[in-house]
Amino acid sequence: MSAELFSVFYQFADVFAFLILSAAGLAIVFGMMGVINMAHGEFIMCGAYVTVGLVKLGVPLPIAQALAALTAGLIGVAVEYLVVRRFYKRPLDSLLATWGLSLIVTQSMLLIVGSSITGIGTPEGSFAIGGYTFSTYRLVLFACAVAVLVGLYVTFMKTRFGVMARATMQNAAMARALGARTGRIYAISFGIGAGLAGLCGALYAPTMTLIPTMGATFVVESFVTVVVGGANVLLGTAPAAVFLAIIRMALNASYGQIIGQIGMLFAVILIIRVLPEGISSVLVRRGR
Amino acid sequence: MFKLLDGSQTLGRGPTFWSCFLVVLAAALIYPVFADSYDVGNFSYFLIWIFMALGLCLMWGYGGMLSFGQTLFFGISGYAYGVLAINMGGGSATIAALILSIIIAMIAAGILGYFMIWGGINGIFFGIVTLSATLVLAFFLGQTAGPEWHIGPARLNGYNGMKGMDPLAIGDFYIEGSSLYYLMVALIVIVYLALRMLVNSRIGNVIVATRENPQRAEMLGYDVRKYQLLTFIIGSGLAGLSGALYTSWGQFITPSSIGLPAAAMPIVWVAFSGRSDLTATLVGSFLLLFGFQTITVYSQQAALVLMGGLLLATVMLAPQGFVLGIGKFVADRWSARRRHGSKRALADTSRLQPEET
Repeated sequence: MSAELFSVFYQFADVFAFLILSAAGLAIVFGMMGVINMAHGEFIMCGAYVTVGLVKLGVPLPIAQALAALTAGLIGVAVEYLVVRRFYKRPLDSLLATWGLSLIVTQSMLLIVGSSITGIGTPEGSFAIGGYTFSTYRLVLFACAVAVLVGLYVTFMKTRFGVMARATMQNAAMARALGARTGRIYAISFGIGAGLAGLCGALYAPTMTLIPTMGATFVVESFVTVVVGGANVLLGTAPAAVFLAIIRMALNASYGQIIGQIGMLFAVILIIRVLPEGISSVLVRRGR
Repeated sequence: MFKLLDGSQTLGRGPTFWSCFLVVLAAALIYPVFADSYDVGNFSYFLIWIFMALGLCLMWGYGGMLSFGQTLFFGISGYAYGVLAINMGGGSATIAALILSIIIAMIAAGILGYFMIWGGINGIFFGIVTLSATLVLAFFLGQTAGPEWHIGPARLNGYNGMKGMDPLAIGDFYIEGSSLYYLMVALIVIVYLALRMLVNSRIGNVIVATRENPQRAEMLGYDVRKYQLLTFIIGSGLAGLSGALYTSWGQFITPSSIGLPAAAMPIVWVAFSGRSDLTATLVGSFLLLFGFQTITVYSQQAALVLMGGLLLATVMLAPQGFVLGIGKFVADRWSARRRHGSKRALADTSRLQPEET
């Protein structure tokens, strides 16, 4: 019995980790700046490619993953400085600009690197409970997703930067008047968002085939999680991921991946009819 | 009723504009006489996508709803045409298949639109929800390779795409080559003029008022949701028309014409051309399609990089669109020289375009 229970938890954890890791970066950028980064998938791809590249050079996997996330974050800061910064007053145009960027990056990668490179294989290691065997790496991913949430909580609730960032989020003009350097806060937030996207790619790099268009496999999950979650990462994205993961897990188990994805999409379309501003709007209102 | 063709919501009016329009139309009509059949087929191929661009222009430029789902309805209708044409047999039944597949796309748009518009989704989220739906359809169709995925005798075939449907036909007469070209030209003229009338009509004024300020439009007593849903259904229906014509033109359709990067293409055409005017969209989309096809012959990736670059350049340098900006500039110079207060013709932009691209 406990083996079955653990198996259910394992499947839930798998989907939950995927949703949180793919959506966290997007949600931060949306929550802070009201911008949806259409090149989110390309930051994920960047993280994955850097990880695989470094591992092939002989760097141990965890270090390669950390470096990959850092690389994506730095590229994110550069992209914010060069492109995104101009569009904070025009959120729809930022969508188009980052989409243009995403097209340029994926297609250039296809031109330069070619369609696929050999992967590095999922780290070995499994354990058995009852009659079932489970992959250890999947649980590592779950632990990473939880660590990301805890890390975001600490960053945004316990540090000086977090206070400034939340002030900027609530009222940017007032925060600026009180001395917060909102431009820098935006750049750092975008960097964190891109870095988390890179981390997602780095963590999933060993488990999947690397192609320049791999970002597309993550964007649907990240979009719908952010749409359901709303503008608040901690009070929106996390509960949204729990909710969607339960739906997805149930459908995956009985009908397979693609029906799981379709079912999740239908659930999201039903939810936005009832909660257009996302789960966080309800939770934040309750909290007041 | 014809007064509506020359209303305030569309640029280009007066005898100069309409004589240019007739010249372009006449040139389009005699083109097949001079060109070889391969070029005529290519031209028909460009014209297929114009409907989709005009639909997006209506939704985005006039209605303020940025839909990323044009290829979703393109795909629904394209696959529907294939399934229907295979199941109902060829001949005149293909015309019924064309109409039914557009209706199916419009029903799908109605359902998705109802949930989004009545839920109050707008702006950015409208874009990403439509895009999510688009990508999910593409993933779904991509994994239908097995023989169990069929509707009647029509196999979906996963990424290899569906094929084997008949092209449009009336009885034994297949609408191919130059007759297909003339059908396309006729449809574009009808759709273009009908959209001009729509946006200049009372309904069109409400659509534009909703774009400008939904609350104000609502205060004036309009149920803006109904107008938004109508706009979404018409715009998506035009994408459906493109899809059904595409399947009929090439007698195949694959999921790659739904997913990324195909989904970005209508956005690039309309943004580059100038979303707030139908004529600019018509001219600009055609030019981009022509340029894209020319480069694709050498490298598809390079063409797509260029499209991404154009999108980025448009929003950074000319958020209103390049073709529209040039057209307005020309029209202003023209009317200044003729010492007329009112704005003048816009159709000339096509000749000036190569300097800018």
